[in-house]
Amino acid sequence: MGIEGVGARVARKEDKRFITGAGRYVDDMVVPGMKHAAFVRSPHAHAQIRNIDVTKAQAMPGVIGVLTGKELKADGIGNIICGWMIHSKDGSPMKMGAWSPLAFDRVRYVGDAVVVVVAETKGQARDAAEAVEISYEELKAVVDAPKALERSAPQIHPEADGNLIFDWELGDSTATNAAIKAAAHITRMKIVNNRLVPNAMEPRAALGHYDKAEDHYTCWTTSQNPHLARLVMSAFYNVAPENKLRVIAPDVGGGFGSKIYIYPEEIICLWASKKTGVPVKWVADRTESFLTDAHGRDHVSTVEMAFGMDNRITGLKVDTIANLGAYMSLFSSCVPTYLYATLLSGQYDIPAIHANVRAVYTNTAPVDAYRGAGRPEATYLLERAMETAARELGVSPAELRRKNFITAFPHQTPVIMNYDAGDYAASLDAAMAAADYAGFAERKADAAKRGKLRGIGMSCYIEACGLAPSAAVGSLGAGVGLWESAEVRVNAAGTIEVLTGSHSHGQGHETTFAQLVNQRFGVPIDSVSIVHGDTDKVQMGMGTYGSRSGAVGMSAVAKALDKVEAKAKKIAAHLLEADEGDIVIENGALKVAGTDRQVPWFQMALAAYTAHNLPSGMEPGLKETSFYDPSNFTFPAGCYVCEVEIDPDTGVTEIVQFVAADDFGNIINPMIVEGQVHGGIAQGIGQALLEGTRYDASGQLLTASYMDYTMPRADDLPSFKVSTSNTPCPGNPLGIKGCGEAGAIGSPPAVINAITDAIGITDIAMPASPSTVWAAIRATKH
Amino acid sequence: MSEISLTVNGKRVSGAAEDRTLLVHFLRENLGLTGTHVGCDTSQCGACVVHVDGKAVKSCTMLAVQASGSSVVTIEGLADGADLHPMQAAFKEHHGLQCGFCTPGMIMAATDMVNRHPEGLDEATVRAELEGNICRCTGYHNIVKAILAASETMSSKGKVRQAA
Repeated sequence: MGIEGVGARVARKEDKRFITGAGRYVDDMVVPGMKHAAFVRSPHAHAQIRNIDVTKAQAMPGVIGVLTGKELKADGIGNIICGWMIHSKDGSPMKMGAWSPLAFDRVRYVGDAVVVVVAETKGQARDAAEAVEISYEELKAVVDAPKALERSAPQIHPEADGNLIFDWELGDSTATNAAIKAAAHITRMKIVNNRLVPNAMEPRAALGHYDKAEDHYTCWTTSQNPHLARLVMSAFYNVAPENKLRVIAPDVGGGFGSKIYIYPEEIICLWASKKTGVPVKWVADRTESFLTDAHGRDHVSTVEMAFGMDNRITGLKVDTIANLGAYMSLFSSCVPTYLYATLLSGQYDIPAIHANVRAVYTNTAPVDAYRGAGRPEATYLLERAMETAARELGVSPAELRRKNFITAFPHQTPVIMNYDAGDYAASLDAAMAAADYAGFAERKADAAKRGKLRGIGMSCYIEACGLAPSAAVGSLGAGVGLWESAEVRVNAAGTIEVLTGSHSHGQGHETTFAQLVNQRFGVPIDSVSIVHGDTDKVQMGMGTYGSRSGAVGMSAVAKALDKVEAKAKKIAAHLLEADEGDIVIENGALKVAGTDRQVPWFQMALAAYTAHNLPSGMEPGLKETSFYDPSNFTFPAGCYVCEVEIDPDTGVTEIVQFVAADDFGNIINPMIVEGQVHGGIAQGIGQALLEGTRYDASGQLLTASYMDYTMPRADDLPSFKVSTSNTPCPGNPLGIKGCGEAGAIGSPPAVINAITDAIGITDIAMPASPSTVWAAIRATKH
Repeated sequence: MSEISLTVNGKRVSGAAEDRTLLVHFLRENLGLTGTHVGCDTSQCGACVVHVDGKAVKSCTMLAVQASGSSVVTIEGLADGADLHPMQAAFKEHHGLQCGFCTPGMIMAATDMVNRHPEGLDEATVRAELEGNICRCTGYHNIVKAILAASETMSSKGKVRQAA
């Protein structure tokens, strides 16, 4: 590793613009003639639209256009779709209800877009939006997924009888039932995974610009995957053909999954730009974000974990109801199925697993992938059950886990996944040592003297990342392939541009991707530019989510670098009159191994472009592309330990220490990896302690601002103790497993295991807010 | 509409704005200073923090007309030419930012924090003082580290200046 190569803690190149206020986010974009959009949204969770009257609004100052769903339909704009087909266990396809970008007959959640107003200023657009008159006939609403399955529940979509989208299963039901029947001990629990709002700090935004002269559209949007946005808007929503639609995702202020999907607003801004003849910008306010960003989690499950006499798990049976909200968002169907049930083996050797999942419509915001996506739900269920089992069996939680660890690889689980590498005992040992697990009893006794309840909890998580082998996900219902592309352009003076289909919205690609190039060619990272986020620059790509940028995106870069290296060596060998096989690249030069004969990198590049003296038959130039399709998922894993102190008088939980010991495979930049873990843990602690999304029975979102929804603040959190013990991933050329989601996956069960340990109870609802904890403590005294 | 004139990052500026225009919108839309961000509607997130007459202010809680006559410093005006302010440098060195959206507000709030604590800062104080700034990416770990480091640098620089 050089000072800028793989493994170095290089400070980020992109930081300069962010710390000086020069970042360029969608809301910072101004194009000549640009006007502003405001949406009229449904105030009701479920209602029939009787009439829409826009005449008053049209007459308001500054108004350029007031557009409705009828006009959108008339122009042939398509419905929003879910791109992952799931079949129920009876073989029938999932029941997808129609989602018009602007509702015209019925609204199905508070925030459903109905009318868009375009005006000279944002204020005028909002004033006019308030003047739109819509008469609704209110219908009964349902927000709770189990209740939506009851016979008395209102029917939300005609396509989905009883609000059931699919009833799906995975695993061997017969073998699992037999294991439960023969068990020496069964741990049974009801597990609720609370609904969360992703809350990227930059609200969603879109700027649509239709160029009449060129008959061409440009869309600036807050997207984690601009190419996917272009593909879906072209192929399914009929906005414009791909060659007439450019999508740009410039600096994007966080995503966490919520900016994967194509929402109504970007479609409408493009369409409205053509309709009104002006560029149209929309920026969500925070309440709009709460109402309409895709939410995460919201599972209600039961679990039965069967053990033999030797305390080895013999079977696991899971029944889950997943709330998908009012409409099926782009990847909503794969989250509670192939990103969830396939991870139910955890780090454990479990011979029989069966999961049944019912996905349900409710009158709430659509639910889709949020940091971790399915894997936090699987981990929470498994690690809560494991901890409870240890308490019931009277054995150490660490030793019960250790006894059941998978220790030989590759390991085929009963739920599709084939784990390729790992060392779960190493993470467990590292976490316990860092947490001084052995010294806990003493700390607990000390806390008791101070009148505090102290508890400790752990969680051993696994996730499937590096999404994903295209043929495999295709066979499971995905509508897209999940490869990644890269193009490496060596310029005539030796500087390099790397074009990637991955997208950075905080992950630091401009630094880490350049480190990879530096490692290979010795070119300083300042001479390497990473280009991403623009469909006119990068031909095609699948974007960033599922901890895939390193494992898949950088692997594509590595493959393109292989091709560049091969041609560069040919050129150097020709210039040095040496054998191609003898050329090595060291310190920014191509050398004949074992001699002092060399050609500097830039001279080789210049030779490629002057083309005065190239090997016979070689084309000039030095530019290579690669489309890398992974051969397997990757399997990051680790052990988290949380220690809490609770004030029994107030119910306030203080996290006194939080330890993370992860296995991410090979690491490009440890500083950036640690940052990813810190952020993930904060979101996981947020889920466990602070963040609760509340709808009232009529479907009004009660937590639609930062006054009501508790975001983790600095004083809610400790500094974290993080470390890694890595087993390289054999499935990709760089040995990377991915690190983006681990923190959010591993931490919630560790926190809740610690709280229930402190109070001496079996379960507590997330978020374990002070009032919830206080009530739980009170209940133990009665 | 009101005529507003104030000093922003050391330059006299003036312009007309609706009475309801917030300072943050005046900075962003009238002056093109888009480093100051809007992350919420309720003055909770702190992405819009600027300095008004030397004090950290959430520019979404102030009308532009209220700032008339004041001296405002935004994130664009914090560096001394090409030299980064120690707080900016510390955020970069300690990886105190990821997506960068909360960063301008964080840095402006943090410099004010250091200025208000000439006695120096400890972790608990920094965490408590960050109550008004929300970050979703970093878990605050490296932000706290950066502020503590910058606090050291700024106070040692102050001492050098005093000694000279």
